[in-house]
Amino acid sequence: MKSLIAQSHSLADPEVQLDIINNQTEKVKRLEKFESKMDEIGLFPLKPTGIEIFQINVGYMCNMTCKHCHVDAGPDRQEIMTKETLEYCLDALEHSDIETVDLTGGAPEMNPHFRWFVDEVAKLRKDIIVRSNLTILDTRKFEDLPQFMADHGVEITCSLPFYNRRRTDAQRGEGTYDKSMKVLKILNEIGYGKEESGLELNLVYNPVGAFLPGDQESLKQQYKDRLWKDHGIEFNDLFTITNLPISRYLNFLVTSGNLDEYMEKLVTSFNPAAAEGVMCRNTISIGWDGTLYDCDFNQMLKMETENGSPQHIKDWDLDALNDREIITNQHCYGCTAGAGSSCGGATT
Amino acid sequence: MDKKYYDPEDLKKFGDVTEFQKELGDKFFEYYGSVFEEGALTKREKALIALAVAHVIQCPYCIDAYTDETLQQGCSEEQMMEAVHVATAIRGGSSLVHGVQMMNQVKKLSM
Repeated sequence: MKSLIAQSHSLADPEVQLDIINNQTEKVKRLEKFESKMDEIGLFPLKPTGIEIFQINVGYMCNMTCKHCHVDAGPDRQEIMTKETLEYCLDALEHSDIETVDLTGGAPEMNPHFRWFVDEVAKLRKDIIVRSNLTILDTRKFEDLPQFMADHGVEITCSLPFYNRRRTDAQRGEGTYDKSMKVLKILNEIGYGKEESGLELNLVYNPVGAFLPGDQESLKQQYKDRLWKDHGIEFNDLFTITNLPISRYLNFLVTSGNLDEYMEKLVTSFNPAAAEGVMCRNTISIGWDGTLYDCDFNQMLKMETENGSPQHIKDWDLDALNDREIITNQHCYGCTAGAGSSCGGATT
Repeated sequence: MDKKYYDPEDLKKFGDVTEFQKELGDKFFEYYGSVFEEGALTKREKALIALAVAHVIQCPYCIDAYTDETLQQGCSEEQMMEAVHVATAIRGGSSLVHGVQMMNQVKKLSM
């Protein structure tokens, strides 16, 4: 499967995506604007609570082309963060007390400077999270990475949209489930996911379809039971993430006739407590070319940080960024629905 | 004429039944909410029961609502279909068990 951009698909264009979630149908048009909803609860304009997480998207290249991918990542994507931009990131990290560095992609492991960068960040004594699709670790070129990451104390947060083969493969492609189980066993063998090892292995659940995630704790228990019984696999935590209506997931919503219902569901499930804790308030997202965004979703919609605040990693200024106004649109309802959603799971 | 007896849009208006009888409607929804809270049974177990019952009473609104709910609660397709089979078995069994009454009557009437 090719990425939307390689297909020259209209939905590869962020403007088209924003137009769809705002104006595609009469129903969608009638939905209350996110800004107005936030204003009602005194959260507009939305301001940071203080940046604690430095999330770097090191490139859109991936060995997979999952149906729901908000990045539109895939083997045909060429956008990769250069060593020079990674050095700007290191410089920013060195001069701030931000403790967590979150590496995402694409498959972040595919950035040619990945190992060097992890090594450098580890020297700064920051907590490192790598968002892995698991299957990349089942390839010869990357099979030594689990040990490398263990040696550097990296926390691995990996995608597993469901505990069974049917749904996992439906979203991520035939054979994904079996490869994922194989890699999870390898990670367990070197200590990942074992309580006493200190090596964190977390799974990410996201709904395989047009519905919202259920209770995170209940899903975690179901995953724990099933993965242990079926495969003898252990992990630390499970994060539930709501699919945001952008990119390939938006394409699914439109082509399956679920757009109206899903948008309505997100809006009617708006939870003020989740709005209070949205991740953009404590996270900054750095794009592959060094551009700064309020989150990885805004990055894909090319909605840069507020004009007037730093907009590139070269211009890093933590105080100025902590004082910016966060840019929002209708997709943000995805993070405020139900128990809330963030890269670290539910927010309430 | 574009009249139909079941419209998915009507499900979203369920709460509007209070418009004609507020007190009883409010009481019902409060009770309904409490029933589906986590209790001696989990929300997930309750959703599966509701899905099975929805099929017995053949309510299209309930089938849509509790398909969505069971998916959200992390139930697999197999679990959902097994719940429907439980409903079917009880429903079919309730017909079949009346066969005993028929047999009793046959035996009473026959030489």
